[in-house]
Amino acid sequence: MDTNGNKYTFIYASAMVIIVAAILSITAIKLKPAQQKNINTEKKQNILSSVGIESTAADAESIFAERIVQSYIVNASGEQIEGTAFDIDLKRERAKPLADRQLPVYECKTDEGTKYILPMYGAGLWGPIWGYVAINDDMNTLYGAVFAHAGETPGLGAEISTKPFQEPFKGKTIYDSSGKLVSIIVAKAGESAPAEHKVDGISGGTITGKGLQTMLLNDFTSYEAFFNKKKQ
Amino acid sequence: MSEGLFSKKNIGLLSGPLGTNNPITIQVLGICSALAVTAQLKPAFVMALSVTVVVAAANVIISMLRNTIPNRIRIIVQLVVIAALVIIVDQFLKAFVYDVSKQLSVFVGLIITNCILMGRLEAFALANKPWPSFLDGIGNGAGYGIILIIIGFFRELLGSGSLWGYRIVPESWYIANGGFYSNNGMMILPPMALITVGVIIWIQRSRDTKLQEK
Repeated sequence: MDTNGNKYTFIYASAMVIIVAAILSITAIKLKPAQQKNINTEKKQNILSSVGIESTAADAESIFAERIVQSYIVNASGEQIEGTAFDIDLKRERAKPLADRQLPVYECKTDEGTKYILPMYGAGLWGPIWGYVAINDDMNTLYGAVFAHAGETPGLGAEISTKPFQEPFKGKTIYDSSGKLVSIIVAKAGESAPAEHKVDGISGGTITGKGLQTMLLNDFTSYEAFFNKKKQ
Repeated sequence: MSEGLFSKKNIGLLSGPLGTNNPITIQVLGICSALAVTAQLKPAFVMALSVTVVVAAANVIISMLRNTIPNRIRIIVQLVVIAALVIIVDQFLKAFVYDVSKQLSVFVGLIITNCILMGRLEAFALANKPWPSFLDGIGNGAGYGIILIIIGFFRELLGSGSLWGYRIVPESWYIANGGFYSNNGMMILPPMALITVGVIIWIQRSRDTKLQEK
């Protein structure tokens, strides 16, 4: 057979592509449940570490069940609505108008009282960034925060996922004395902002830092009605 | 096939890449990933295993197809086979060793561009039967892997004071705890991996004088 003819080459290439595509699809579908389980476990670990609880992949499930006493969804007017908080796809929610958004809340029991953990989702420099922010029951003081990213620059923007960047969020407040929501300012060098709302940005990671600042402001704003309800 | 499965020639295919024909130290292929994933032993081991599986499987598949592959698109065919295998390996890592898969992140995808793979397919599998091709793949994967593991061993031991994540250097030795010891932070960085490869090449060449260029 002439393996160098045009017809043969075309048929060969087409058949190969179809077969390979089928094999890959089957593999992806078969392994999906196991992969999803890993992703969920990591999400639980992230939620727990926002309140300073370190867990491993093995014990995250049980610690999560024990510590997260309640999780629910609120809408933009702060009313609780139907649904499972854990299954909310933040990316899809963010695309909706504020009034239609489902906003997940996790309540965590700690030695220092109940903390409210709110998921955040926004844009960094190269792709999405997200995180979990734990807030005290005064709905003003931050108890802890973790952030993660899809593809920020290692050593620069990617530093948002490290402890030295996240640690200073503890104890910061998001409302000023007049009761206006100012959120948290991720400050560039020399940028002035009230110390109680300010954390230091990362040199070389300004766009990621400002993206994170915008993410926090947007997401805190969408939770404002919920905060007001809780404060009453 | 007149010769036995483990004839002298076939054994040579398996052992050659481990010593005098090592893909990293002699052919200087696959250096990029050797620098990137060897800061710790565990990812180095997983990478070595993944490359071995992919190169052996790709060698066998290409060798079985070798008489049907149209010459003009043979590189594309090789690439499709490698890419498909790498994606499958990546999916398995994500499903069963998630933390390692996160650590290796882009480097699993970069197995596709590892010169060792294309090199073996083009130079060996296209001209040989499946069984010798399989041995050649295992041999080259192992030859690559053993260097990765040696580098990973020294980098993790000297850079982090641990092996496979377990602490080897006692906590009490560290300066922070009143001791005298501190880890060599340089070992964590890729340049020290290159220097380690250099040292391995040096040792190998000084022991085997046949390898020395005149």
